Amino acid sequence: MNANLAQDGTSRRDLLKLGALAGGGLLLGIGLGGCSKPAALGGAGGQPVAWLRIGGDDSITVFVDKSEMGQGVYTALTQLLAEELGVALEAIRVEAAPVAPEYVNNLLGAQITGGSTSIRDGFEKLRKAGAQARTMLLQAAATHWGVAPGELRIDGGAVLHGKERLSYGALAEAAAKLPIPKEITLKPATEFTLVGKPAKRIDTAAKLDGSATYGIDVKLPGMLHGAIAQCPTLGGKLASFDGSAAEAMPGVKKIVGVGNGVVVVADHYWQARKALEAVKITWDPGANANLGSQGIRSRLRNAATREGRGVRADGDASAAIKTAAKVVRATYDLPLLAHATLEPQCCTADVRTDGADIHAPTQTQTIAQATAAAAAGLKPEQVKIHTTLLGGGFGRRLEVDVIPAAVLASKAVGKPVKVIWSREEDTTHDTYRPPAHDEVVGAFDASGKLVAWKLDLTGPSITARMFPPVVATAVDPFAVEAAANFPYDVPNVAVNYNREEIGIDVGYWRSVSHALNCFVAESFVDELAHAAAQDPYAFRSGLLRKQPRFKRVLDEAASRAGWGKAPAGHHQGIALMEGYGTYMAQVVEISMRGNQLAIHRITCAVDCGQMVNPNIVDQQVEGSILFGLTAALWGEITLAKGQVQQRNFDSYRMLRLPEAPRIDVHLLASGEAPGGIGEPGTAVVGPALANAIFAATGKRLRSLPIAKSGIVTA
Amino acid sequence: MVTLTVNGKTLETDAAPDTPLLWVLRDHLGLTGTKFGCGAALCGACTVHLDGQPVRSCQLALANVGAAKVTTIEGLSADRSHAVQKAWLELDVPQCGYCQSGQLMSAAALLAQNPAPSDADIDTAMAGNICRCGTYNRIRKAVHRAAEMLKAEGA
Repeated sequence: MNANLAQDGTSRRDLLKLGALAGGGLLLGIGLGGCSKPAALGGAGGQPVAWLRIGGDDSITVFVDKSEMGQGVYTALTQLLAEELGVALEAIRVEAAPVAPEYVNNLLGAQITGGSTSIRDGFEKLRKAGAQARTMLLQAAATHWGVAPGELRIDGGAVLHGKERLSYGALAEAAAKLPIPKEITLKPATEFTLVGKPAKRIDTAAKLDGSATYGIDVKLPGMLHGAIAQCPTLGGKLASFDGSAAEAMPGVKKIVGVGNGVVVVADHYWQARKALEAVKITWDPGANANLGSQGIRSRLRNAATREGRGVRADGDASAAIKTAAKVVRATYDLPLLAHATLEPQCCTADVRTDGADIHAPTQTQTIAQATAAAAAGLKPEQVKIHTTLLGGGFGRRLEVDVIPAAVLASKAVGKPVKVIWSREEDTTHDTYRPPAHDEVVGAFDASGKLVAWKLDLTGPSITARMFPPVVATAVDPFAVEAAANFPYDVPNVAVNYNREEIGIDVGYWRSVSHALNCFVAESFVDELAHAAAQDPYAFRSGLLRKQPRFKRVLDEAASRAGWGKAPAGHHQGIALMEGYGTYMAQVVEISMRGNQLAIHRITCAVDCGQMVNPNIVDQQVEGSILFGLTAALWGEITLAKGQVQQRNFDSYRMLRLPEAPRIDVHLLASGEAPGGIGEPGTAVVGPALANAIFAATGKRLRSLPIAKSGIVTA
Repeated sequence: MVTLTVNGKTLETDAAPDTPLLWVLRDHLGLTGTKFGCGAALCGACTVHLDGQPVRSCQLALANVGAAKVTTIEGLSADRSHAVQKAWLELDVPQCGYCQSGQLMSAAALLAQNPAPSDADIDTAMAGNICRCGTYNRIRKAVHRAAEMLKAEGA
């Protein structure tokens, strides 16, 4: 176990004790909107609320509000705190924060890790907490020595006065009695010693010896194991079941109906899995009994004939198209996708009459708590959420569909129960990335100038299900990303969105609608470049003169990739995007032998504003590109009779090591505000690749995945 | 009771003989470093060594383990000192980390057979291990780095 990574809730119990005693340490809670709380505080229900704790033993613990799902938040957010506290990153232990109002993500309105918001949300919060604690420690030391705080300095977790030294731990108790300072000055970027510098992740070591604890690894005293079968038809329910044969099998404790499925609870997981096969289940398939992929496509196509809701209107695109000298039109169709986190959905619930503990790899503590409480018949404040490490998130764990069954199973047996979905359950019961049917028009005047761009998007809304108030009066903002912010200098721009539900739940999938809309927009910009007989890079560059951040990444990617200078037989494609406050351009270099595609190199230029940890940014860019590449090449979920036809990694293909191309990442220094970096790369690689395939073959790919067009990877 | 040798220790388990080794390790023996990803030998997350050979423990019934020595990620070294662990740490390979136990076991088995693998050798040996976070390029570098470390240790 890495000393820097506290897991399994053991130390959280210590925290409860310390909080209750409120002595011997500094426990710092920072309220929203700058309102202060007492230094050593216990929140509602006796649950302490804090960003950090400094123990009398000099230990420093940060309570990270964001879930660690590989994106490096445990490290990067800790770096922010360490910067202002004046200690080394390694001096701080990380614990997952409990559920509390203080941890609400200001960008998303709940305790949620998603939307590439962690650094943007935490950039000030964590530095502020560090600065406040430092100020209090300095004041405590100043009082002790009877000097002004200005005469003191800090170094290595201690306050120094001449040759005298008081460690943070020694000062913590006195500091905790001081008011939290309201007026603090944060270090300017020019004085950063940790922020912006590459640093090793604090969670790596624990991930190399099997000691890191994911949701699937939770162990509680007396815990039983659950295996689940859910109605194969999406949206269907359990009609009835006969568990008599299964009940007689070894280790089986109980068989529980859970609304849309059946959970077998047993002493061990494999016993539960075996017994589940012996349960005779009758399903009620519900409204989707005849739903198929073709039907979904027709539905979207028909809906696209309606007028969509305006998202952006510059000038009059329709009028400009009518009078244009040359009009180019295209239609794009994009598929449903599964998240396929490598750790299948899982949850451990310990439900008692007076409360419950939920141990889960969740991206949304607020919703997890409310969901568990509702399923258990408890109040939300009676439910504690223990966030484990996540074996991948990608938006899948913004969903809480794994929780109720675990809660109901635990309630039924009166013991903790860990429910793990099989891979097949996971693939067939996802909330899929929405499909899209998009129509796009570009128009040139007689001089060859692009005078109109009209993009009509049609698809189902995720936010309408997840956060209905957001879309009560407005278009789903997570449906029109990388479309509404069309960056090119075109006088007449129209972007419309036509919401059409398809009968199944759709969910937030890494980069959300960026992955849909960037593919369409950047493929079609490429089409327009070719229609205008211009080089795709030069065409974009000419339309981005007023967009310096776009132009900078475009030029950097083109230059680093050697645009136009590819070896004989190699072809390049380019694409760009702004998303999450990050600007990115990619060049993909390929060759084709017949229908065999070889990807030689991906060059990516990134301006994500002020970086916290370039090592992690580099990881995220590479990983997000391969995530997008997997989807572009092979990703498609299809339905027949309301059932998902892909079940495991043989039918839902993942990119593997031999297929991973060289990726050159160029991170541009930037003084702009931090942008998100977990997602943009996923959206940009698809169009860059499709544009390269067009350059090589003259074949324009207007639907994904690429494999469906008969192209195979070499 | 079935007796088996795991990480150099002789252990007894009351798991049924048809239980996959993966679940014996995780549920019965408390060794949760070996991960469940697919249950069908498609992802490699459950890779362990059987007498030094990489196997997918989700497909190996307890009854078929016999006297073979099982090594899991917990037994790869006592203190993260195996060359692959050191190289993975040096290059900060993991992201979510869920697949990495399997990646490390596959890489360690490769290097035991082939102390200086080429890129093509790495492709072949590591193709069975899916990393959904896309750490493949760092994995490739880390395998080469571990090979260098082993060479230096042997020199």
